[in-house]
Amino acid sequence: MTTEVLASAVEPSRSGPYAVPRPSRPARRHSVDRPRRSVTLTVLTSLVVIYTLVPLAWLFINATKTQPRLLNSFGLWFSGHFALWDNIRETFTYNDHIFVRWLLNTLLYVALGAGGATFLAVLGGYGLAKFDFPGRRGVFAVVIGAVAVPPTALAVPTFLMFSRMGLTNTPWAVVIPSLISPFGLYLMWVFASEAIPDELLEAARVDGSGEIRTFFRVCLPLLAPGIVTVLLFTMVTTWNNYFLPLIMIKNPDWYPLTLGLNAWNAQAATAGGQPVFNLVITGSLLTIVPLIAAFLLLQRYWQTGLSAGSVKQ
Amino acid sequence: MAAISPPNAAGRAEPPGRRRAYATGRRRWIGWGFVAPFLLVFALVFLAPIGYSVYLSLFRDRLIGGNSFVGLDNYRQAFHDHEFWSGLGRVGLFLAVQVPIMLGIALLVALALDSGRLHGRNFFRISIFLPYAVPAVVATLMWGFMYGNRFGLVASLNEHLGLSLPDPLSPHLVLASIGNIVTWEFTGYNMLIFYSALHVIPRSLYEAAEIDGAGQFRIVRSVKLPAIRGALVIATIFSIIGSFQLFNEPSILKSLAPNAITTYFTPNLYTFALSFSGQQQNYAAAVAIVMAVVTMIVAYVVQLRGMRKEA
Repeated sequence: MTTEVLASAVEPSRSGPYAVPRPSRPARRHSVDRPRRSVTLTVLTSLVVIYTLVPLAWLFINATKTQPRLLNSFGLWFSGHFALWDNIRETFTYNDHIFVRWLLNTLLYVALGAGGATFLAVLGGYGLAKFDFPGRRGVFAVVIGAVAVPPTALAVPTFLMFSRMGLTNTPWAVVIPSLISPFGLYLMWVFASEAIPDELLEAARVDGSGEIRTFFRVCLPLLAPGIVTVLLFTMVTTWNNYFLPLIMIKNPDWYPLTLGLNAWNAQAATAGGQPVFNLVITGSLLTIVPLIAAFLLLQRYWQTGLSAGSVKQ
Repeated sequence: MAAISPPNAAGRAEPPGRRRAYATGRRRWIGWGFVAPFLLVFALVFLAPIGYSVYLSLFRDRLIGGNSFVGLDNYRQAFHDHEFWSGLGRVGLFLAVQVPIMLGIALLVALALDSGRLHGRNFFRISIFLPYAVPAVVATLMWGFMYGNRFGLVASLNEHLGLSLPDPLSPHLVLASIGNIVTWEFTGYNMLIFYSALHVIPRSLYEAAEIDGAGQFRIVRSVKLPAIRGALVIATIFSIIGSFQLFNEPSILKSLAPNAITTYFTPNLYTFALSFSGQQQNYAAAVAIVMAVVTMIVAYVVQLRGMRKEA
C-alpha cells in the first residue's frame, strides 16, 4: 500500500517545481548544439590525451618486461619475452605472498572506510537537505572550514591521540579518519535537496511511515546516483591513501598497497637492496586496474551525480 | 527502476540554504538524528586533533624541566625559521606556476568538450579523467621511473635518439618535475568539474547570444565563463589548498632523487620530519598551525576576489 501512495506522490513531482528539466539530449539537435566537428580542435585535445595516456602505456609496456630487459630496452616499446604473466605471478608470490596481504588490507580499508564514509555522508547530507533544524547552517560552515586544515596539522595530534588509545598499528587507525568525507557530505546535501521532493516525504508521513523507514525504503533508491558518486570518490581516496597509513602503520603486515609499493621501491633504490623494479611496476599496474575498471563501468552513475553537484558551485 | 534512472530534478534547484524544509513541531530535531553520526566522528578526527594541536603548540619539551608552557614561543621560532620559510616560498612558487597551467589546460579541454566540435567526445572525457583514479604513489613512481636515468624514458630517449635532455631529477628541475606529476594527476579532475558546470548552462542562452551576433569566442567570454565562475573559484581554492599541502609526490620521489629533495622541501615535509624523525612535536604543531592559517587566508582572499567580480 505504501508503494502505491508513494508512486503517485512521485508522479506529480515530475511536472512540479522540481522537474524543471535542463535541456535534454534530443533538444540539443538545434544548430547551436550540433555544430560542425572540428579536426583542429580534435587534434589539439588529442595532445592532452597523449600526455594523459603515455605514462599509463609506459606502465603497461614495462610490466611485460623482465628485470634485465627493463634496464636496457627502449621504454615505450615491448622488448623480448612477454613476461607480464610471470611478473604478475612473481608479484603475488614474492616475499611470502606479502602483496596479497597488502591487497586484502587495502580492500578492508576501502570496505570499512569508504563504505562508512558514504553511509555517514548520505545520512548527514539527507538530514541537512530535508530537515530545518537549529544550527543547520553552522554545521556546514564548520565542516567546510575544517577542509582547509592541512592533513599534517591533524596528523601529529591524531597520531598522539590514537597511540594513547592503543589504536596505532591497527586497521582502525586508518579506517576511523577515513570515515569523514566533507566533499561527500556536500555532494549528498545538494543531491538530496534536488532528488527528493518534499511532497514525497509528506506523503510518506501521512501514510504513517516513520522517518527512518522513509529514509531507507523511499529515499535511498532516489539517492542512488549520488551514493554511487560519493562511494566512488571515497573509494579512490581510501584506496589511494598514503599519508595516513604512513604515520599510523609501522607493521608491514598492515600496509595497504600504496605503502607496500613504496617500500619495495625504497628497497630497490638502496644500494644493497634486491632490485625488484619489475615487481614495483607490475604491482603498480595491478593497483590501478580495479579503480580504472570501476570508473569505466560506473560512468553513467558518477557523471550524473557530479553534474547535479556542480549546479551549486 | 528508480535506482537506475537519473534524478528527475537535476538542474535548477535553489541553493540549499534557501530551500524549503520541514520546520514543524517535533520534526525540528529529527534532522540532528541524521547528522549526528557524521558529527560525532567529525569531532573525533577533526575537531579534537585541531584543539589538541593548538594545545601542543603552546608547550615545549625541554631536556631540563620537562614539558613546560611557553606561550607563543614556538610561533616566534617559526617566524624566524629559515627552513620553514624556504619551504613556504617553494610551495608559493609552485602555486603561482603549476595551478594556472593545470587549471588553464583543464578549462580549455572542458570548453572543447562542451563545444560539441570534437570527434569522440566521450573517449576524450574519460581518458583525460583517468589519472585521477591513479594513486599518488603509483603516479609518482611511474613518472619517477620515466624521469630516471637508470631505465627511464629520458635515458631511453637520450640513448636511442642521441639527445641530451637534462636530468629532471636534478635539484633545479625537480620542482618542475613534481609540478608535471601533479598536473598529470589533477587536470582531468578539474576538467570534469568545469565540464559538469558548463553542461548545465541552459542552451537557450547560446541561441540568444548567437542571434545577437556573438561568435564562439564571444560566447565563451561573455556567457560560459561567467556562468561557471563558482566552479572556477572552487577549483582554484582546492588547488591552492593542495599546493600548500604538497607532500606525497616529493616524499615518494625522495627515494629516487635523495639529493634534490631536502627534509624541509615543503612545509608539510618539514612538519612531518620535525614530528616523526626530530621528536619536536610541539614545534611541529606550531608550524602546521601557521600553515593552516596561511592556507585559509589565501583561500579566503581568492574567494572574496572571485565573488566580487560577480557583482
